[in-house]
Amino acid sequence: MIKVLKPGLATSVQDLGREGYYHLGIPPSGALDQYALAAANHLVGNPAGAAALECTLLGPELGFAQDALVAVCGAHMTAHVDGVPMHADTAFAVRSGQVLRFDFPTAGARAYLAVAGGIDVPLVLGSRSTYALGALGGFAGRRLLAGDQLPVGIASGNSHAGASLPMALRQSLGGEIILRMVPGLYYHRLSDTAAQSFFAEPWTVGSEADRIGYRFKGASALSFEPREQPFGAGSDPSNIVDSCYPIGSIQVPAGLEPIVLHRDAVSGGGYAMIGTVISADLDLIGQMQPNQKARFVEVTLEEALQARRSYKKRLSCLSRLFPCGVEDIARA
Amino acid sequence: MNHPIRYSFGADEHLFAEVSESMSLEAFFKGMAVTRAVEQLALDGVLDVCLANASFQIRFDPDRIAPDTLLQAVKNAEAGAIAEHRLHTRIIEIPVLYNDPWTHETLMRFRDRHQDPSVTDLQYAARINGLADVDAFIAAHSGAPWFVSMVGFVAGLPFMFQMVERERQLQVPKYLRPRTDTPKLTLGHGGCFGCIYSVRGAGGYQMFGVTPAPIYDPEQKLAYLKDHMVFFRPGDIVQFKPIDRETYDQALAEVAAGRFDLRIRPIEFSLDEFMDDPVGYPRSLQEVLA
Repeated sequence: MIKVLKPGLATSVQDLGREGYYHLGIPPSGALDQYALAAANHLVGNPAGAAALECTLLGPELGFAQDALVAVCGAHMTAHVDGVPMHADTAFAVRSGQVLRFDFPTAGARAYLAVAGGIDVPLVLGSRSTYALGALGGFAGRRLLAGDQLPVGIASGNSHAGASLPMALRQSLGGEIILRMVPGLYYHRLSDTAAQSFFAEPWTVGSEADRIGYRFKGASALSFEPREQPFGAGSDPSNIVDSCYPIGSIQVPAGLEPIVLHRDAVSGGGYAMIGTVISADLDLIGQMQPNQKARFVEVTLEEALQARRSYKKRLSCLSRLFPCGVEDIARA
Repeated sequence: MNHPIRYSFGADEHLFAEVSESMSLEAFFKGMAVTRAVEQLALDGVLDVCLANASFQIRFDPDRIAPDTLLQAVKNAEAGAIAEHRLHTRIIEIPVLYNDPWTHETLMRFRDRHQDPSVTDLQYAARINGLADVDAFIAAHSGAPWFVSMVGFVAGLPFMFQMVERERQLQVPKYLRPRTDTPKLTLGHGGCFGCIYSVRGAGGYQMFGVTPAPIYDPEQKLAYLKDHMVFFRPGDIVQFKPIDRETYDQALAEVAAGRFDLRIRPIEFSLDEFMDDPVGYPRSLQEVLA
């Protein structure tokens, strides 16, 4: 069991997420940086999709009531055990009675703390991920609070302290981020000027950036082609008859500040979307801090699929390096 | 309504389909027919088929089904789907305390984000829809049933489209800037759509009242939520019933005791009969609840 001494800014239990309920307004949820979650899990001998703690910007302080093998991947925010700094991307042992806390992140926004055995909260609709808006899943359907006691599952014993990610499989974070997007949906409603400036100008992450979506600011407003609005759409040119929103879709309410929806997305609404960030780049958004810069780059669907293959290849390198079972070791 | 559906990929995991730019029951029925046909194909790699008011979206895993294969399958389903104009569904009576103290407190708190800070949302909605007063607006709002044309935004929130001729559709703009708070189970309205906020949270729709009836509960405490934590499905028909404060409080006590139930009746809806007689036909549906 792990006791939450201080909850941090927005710490929640997340796994790879749940599929199949978006049509009822329940989004996939799950780690915003799925690669970092998988990496941390592999380091402690868990399956890639075990539930871990997603620690955002200001990490929690945790008291361990049992011995545990732990790893932290994702945002660069050093974990300390009883004051001793631990290496990132490396499994380390925590003994019962010790306290783990984090430094502020020097790069990235979300660190993933995996414990051998996983955070053992109940499965809800097939996942242990927290969907806070719907008070669903995770620990009591919400972000962690001081005093919460997190159950830990049974460790596989397939890893050990010191297991470490090779440099080639570590993430580079920070700086100006390139987000590849496939134009479409209501892209045709943008004016030509707006379609150009959207890609040409750098955008800055605003303060409203959370698991639901990231708002970007600091570039020219994006005008839509004027039209007589269709019945039921609403009067603003950026309005459409309320429709579904893809995960990663980019909407521009009133043509002002683009919002990219993420894994806790609102599932639909009445703002025109101008395209969708490709699945391979969604992890990058989850690691962006407020005020960090990004550029959007237009790609084709074929290029999006190619990028997805490269991303999946990196994931499979992880699982080959850190096999979960004895048979896997024999094959590796 | 005979023009083909417009398809567009939402990058590598979503196929988006716009049935019509404007809202109508015909567009909704066509979207429902195609999505049901796609569901019946049970394609490997299709993760979720999401129906919206006049559009739909398919979330898929491109590692299991190639985007072009999916698009072709959906187009085939579109060609083969007969927009069924009859629908076996249910009609549900939802009790509403209009003009309640909680949405009133909330709307006063966010008056600076409203089109007309000098009046309430109900007064504003009555005026811009050419109705004499709040009572006349409530009479119109609860006078004809509503079709659930989409479930989403947040978990279990129904978007609803009233069964009246287009000239009589109640229309209101959303708040100028969204509120950061909306009471749980608020009756909202934006554009031509009504909604019930299933959970407390941000929102931009005008607020008219509250219902005591939970419509989303992960703990599934009430009988009508035992099958699923989300109560509404697209195609459901809703009839609002104005109630007073005493009845509301009584209903809340029943909810707390786990005894509360909704009046729900099976019904067959005919789009053609509605189109032929948009005033009389909805009345015949209301009679099922009597």
